[in-house]
Amino acid sequence: MTKRQKVLVLYLKFPSLEAEVISWATFDGTGKKLHMTGDSDEPPYPTGLDALLDGWRLFQASQAIPEHPGQEFRTSYLKHEFFFEKIEEGDF
Amino acid sequence: MVQLLSTEQMAEFANSGCLFFDGLIDNETNKEFLNDIGHTDIENVDNMQKYFQNIKASSSIPRIPAGTSLKNAYPHKSPLQKIFKNEVVAGAINSLVGSEAVVDHQFLHLTFPTKYFKKTNQRQMSQVNHQDSTIDPRITFDIQLFYFPTDVTKEMGGTRYHPGTHLRIVNEMGIAKYQNIKGQKNIVCKAGTIGIFHNGLWHGAGVNFSDEIRYMFKVRLQPTEKQELLWDPEKKYKPLPNKALYWTDENQEKTVNDILMKSYPWQEADTNRLDKINTIKFWRMLTGHKNLDIDYWLTRIENELY
Repeated sequence: MTKRQKVLVLYLKFPSLEAEVISWATFDGTGKKLHMTGDSDEPPYPTGLDALLDGWRLFQASQAIPEHPGQEFRTSYLKHEFFFEKIEEGDF
Repeated sequence: MVQLLSTEQMAEFANSGCLFFDGLIDNETNKEFLNDIGHTDIENVDNMQKYFQNIKASSSIPRIPAGTSLKNAYPHKSPLQKIFKNEVVAGAINSLVGSEAVVDHQFLHLTFPTKYFKKTNQRQMSQVNHQDSTIDPRITFDIQLFYFPTDVTKEMGGTRYHPGTHLRIVNEMGIAKYQNIKGQKNIVCKAGTIGIFHNGLWHGAGVNFSDEIRYMFKVRLQPTEKQELLWDPEKKYKPLPNKALYWTDENQEKTVNDILMKSYPWQEADTNRLDKINTIKFWRMLTGHKNLDIDYWLTRIENELY
């Protein structure tokens, strides 16, 4: 038996796990499923909290970085990023 | 006589970053384009690169040095010249980048079906989300014109795009980590459809699960003049007066401002407001009304008394 990591990245509407999921990505280290860009139109969970309730463990969250003076209105990447993992055991 | 865009179409472009003209180009021209590039069944194609090289060598698609005037870019009576002379296509181009636009580059995108990847033992993956070229903080914008010479069904994995992302300043594949974004769209269209994207719009090619090759011909066009009221040479557009905020009236008719202030499901609660502010700044540029505002977003923060 070996262990493999599954990673779920959720981008939320505001920086709290109770917020709605607006973007998502999944990477399956078990090799059971190949996820790719554009493969689902509906998020795997409605909120970040729902992912926790389903056993995903949060291991990184984006920091709150104040806007640079003079650049307050520049918009760029999605801001509220949360990384989750599940460890699966099996014969891979 | 070209057919310039309406103010509503311009507002749609300013807000979403894209416009579509479904089935605009006639079937005869679509067939002519496909014959010209030597379109064939996937069974006859052993090598993607060779197929593409043959198209470049034998079709009427010319080699165009970057910066060439669009007017002189395509051979007389070629299918591409007919497309660019179409009164709706020419009108949309004139409205967005002017009548003296130049070609940045062109590319015929080929998306091969599953059969090809099985035959050649390759992994079939979608293209990641990206913004074309490189980080681009200009107010001036380019357009990317897409032409689909065949029907594009859902299973053909037509271009995925994310309406409303065009004013976010990102660095090309820096957005590749977003596998899926709420509200994402895939182009499903009739043969002869023309799409026009703002150069900043986030997009990527889908996977082609059909049995047919999918084609998309793209040209990036750059303006050589200011993009102010190009669609409204008689300067008829007038900004709407302020309305009462948070005072809804369900009987109100939809206005140009409602088109401009449309939100998208992928926008964060906080940054959505900045997206609106940037759309208003973009509309100020397009209309030449430097103090124009919608829903008081800019007047509020421009009221600096110290």
